[in-house]
Amino acid sequence: MNEASIRQAIADSLRGIAPEADLDHIAPDANLREALDIDSFDFLNFLIGLHSRLGVEIPESDYGKLTSMGDLVQYLLAK
Amino acid sequence: MAEFRMPSLGADMTRGTLVQWNVKPGDTVKRGDIIAIVGTEKADIEVEVYETGTVRKLIAKPGEKLPVGAPLAFIEVAGEAVPARMPEAVAAEEAAPAMPPVEAPAPALAPTPPGRVHASPLARKLAEELGIDLAKVQGTGPHGAIERHDVEQAAAAKSAIQAAAAPAGEGVSGMRRAIAAAMARSNREIPHYYLATQIDMAGALRWLEQSNLQRSMEKRVLPAAMLLKAVARALVEVPELNGYWVDDQLKRSSDIHLGVAVSLRTGGLMIPAIHSADKKSLEELMNELRDIITRTRAGRLRSSDITDSTITVTNLGDLGVETVFGVIYPPQVALVGFGKIVERPWAVQGMLGVRPVLTATLAADHRATDGRRGGQFLDALSTLLQKPEAL
Repeated sequence: MNEASIRQAIADSLRGIAPEADLDHIAPDANLREALDIDSFDFLNFLIGLHSRLGVEIPESDYGKLTSMGDLVQYLLAK
Repeated sequence: MAEFRMPSLGADMTRGTLVQWNVKPGDTVKRGDIIAIVGTEKADIEVEVYETGTVRKLIAKPGEKLPVGAPLAFIEVAGEAVPARMPEAVAAEEAAPAMPPVEAPAPALAPTPPGRVHASPLARKLAEELGIDLAKVQGTGPHGAIERHDVEQAAAAKSAIQAAAAPAGEGVSGMRRAIAAAMARSNREIPHYYLATQIDMAGALRWLEQSNLQRSMEKRVLPAAMLLKAVARALVEVPELNGYWVDDQLKRSSDIHLGVAVSLRTGGLMIPAIHSADKKSLEELMNELRDIITRTRAGRLRSSDITDSTITVTNLGDLGVETVFGVIYPPQVALVGFGKIVERPWAVQGMLGVRPVLTATLAADHRATDGRRGGQFLDALSTLLQKPEAL
């Protein structure tokens, strides 16, 4: 799992949730949920999508570490 | 012979458009089957039939706009004698000029010739209405056929881009008009009173996180489901908040059907119901919440989803809102609002600590209840959330 495959998995997971999202225009430190306008239900679906694509289990206690796109990519790289 | 009529799919709906028939004369149907799609100002709704039997005649034609209550079809109810002559459908015949005949079911798809787009009739109609170029839509149906949800997804993406680019104040959508009508009626007719309470959520969130450790990611329960369960249980204790104000009196509902406000990415909101919420486990409520949010956002709500709510619950915590002062959806008599769970200094038995705190509000109809009962409801809600394992 490298950064490119993670970014692809993020884009694929978001396609059905925020189809208009343009990930290239989201700053690495921007709040992901605010930038994409997704609620807690969509966020859970997003994480489920990442889980199914990357096989990474994300415990609920780690949600707070996944605020920005940069946080998320780094978190998944470390898994 | 039973009449299948144009349903009332909202407090202010007077007319609806028959978008599509899912049945044809001679088809057998059973209670709960979705036999038609009806368009309202807010959305297209899948309409269920309340009889079990055989479709004898389709009166209304796709595209016809008809008043609520107008006969759309005749259903020969199972076990009933068949009349020699079909009843006349005066209301429907008066309602609109002649329309094209009801379309036969679409034939099986042949391989797609180059340059030709395969799409269902409904997808084509919707694409035309929404100004979507089907040639640019990726179909997900059989053989790559474009279906309604493909068009809706394309429209959602398009409108989001347009919304970002358009100046504010331009145009009013049907969705906005429907919300405006219901909310104006509410403020005109309902003497609201408001109560709020702050609830220590530390124990409930800790318990939920621990319980979720035993679940797969797909089965995790969100705090929102726990709040719905607590509302349903509190309504058992204060049933006057659960029902309708009709004919100048409160008509309590013996069932607790929670209307859950679901925002749409294209703007506006729908309030589908979770039926008999008090009788469902937390896991069942989460499954139902997942189901109705998914179907709402996919434009696949059924008539029973939006006509049965006995109270509304709205949660704006995801938007950072701390306190919600809601407007009751008539003829309901109450609305429960939840804000964001925020860390606050919290004193317990003389000890000061930091706790996650939720502000819960109640907007209630003063004709139906008074502040005392409203206060008892919020107190019950708070008490229930201190013992989440008992929910």
